[in-house]
Amino acid sequence: MKSLRSPLGVVSGLGSAKGGVHHWWLQRLTSIALVPLTIWFTVSILSLPSMDHVTVIAWMAQSWTALLLIVLVLVATYHSQLGVRVVVEDYVHTTGMKTLTLVIVTFAHALLAVAGVFAILKVAFGGAA
Amino acid sequence: MRERPLSPHLTVYKMSRYTLATSFFNRITGVLLSVGLIVLVYWLMAVAGGTRAYENAHEILSGGIFKLVYAGLLVAFCYHLVAGIRHLVWDTGRGLERAQSKRSAAIVVAISIALILLLGYWLFLAGGRA
Repeated sequence: MKSLRSPLGVVSGLGSAKGGVHHWWLQRLTSIALVPLTIWFTVSILSLPSMDHVTVIAWMAQSWTALLLIVLVLVATYHSQLGVRVVVEDYVHTTGMKTLTLVIVTFAHALLAVAGVFAILKVAFGGAA
Repeated sequence: MRERPLSPHLTVYKMSRYTLATSFFNRITGVLLSVGLIVLVYWLMAVAGGTRAYENAHEILSGGIFKLVYAGLLVAFCYHLVAGIRHLVWDTGRGLERAQSKRSAAIVVAISIALILLLGYWLFLAGGRA
């Protein structure tokens, strides 16, 4: 079948980027994972007998805690990046400004993810006592 | 090239509509929680930094301003969680009729408030954590 897009539309490259399903699907997957993860984290933090360093480290250094925390940090930063990206795309309309903001947002999220995982691993391997 | 219209068309919406309010609040709370991630990672880095670093950070994070931050994050978390589950239900194709959507909006607000009160009590009063 002949394409319904006009020749002008084709050369100017406007319209769907054909990448939306991937973004949409990952947003759903990460949100499903975050339901139990964030509830676990909130209840765990609130259940700690105190917030002093010894107590926090004893909790964080347990294998399952460290593992779930790492998953939480990775999934949460990814979900956040997907969400903030859409907000930027919706409200920042100048092309250069939009690209710059998206680059900063992506870098910031990558940094948060790596810093978070690094911190958890350091505690888990006994480097923070 | 001529400027093409881009969504969202903020100026044409009726701002009083519950559909807009629930959707917009979901977005705002999402952005707030993204900011909360910075607090979380700062705290994780402080824990990893040793006793002294943690004590310094703990002092900052226990400050009066941060009580406000925790309250905001608590509201954001509860609402975003419940509203997000509503979106997941929608994604299965259910509950999209106008009457159903209106009812689920009310349910989301009710459950969020209940959660906020429950966790808020635990955080600020029962545990004395913040």
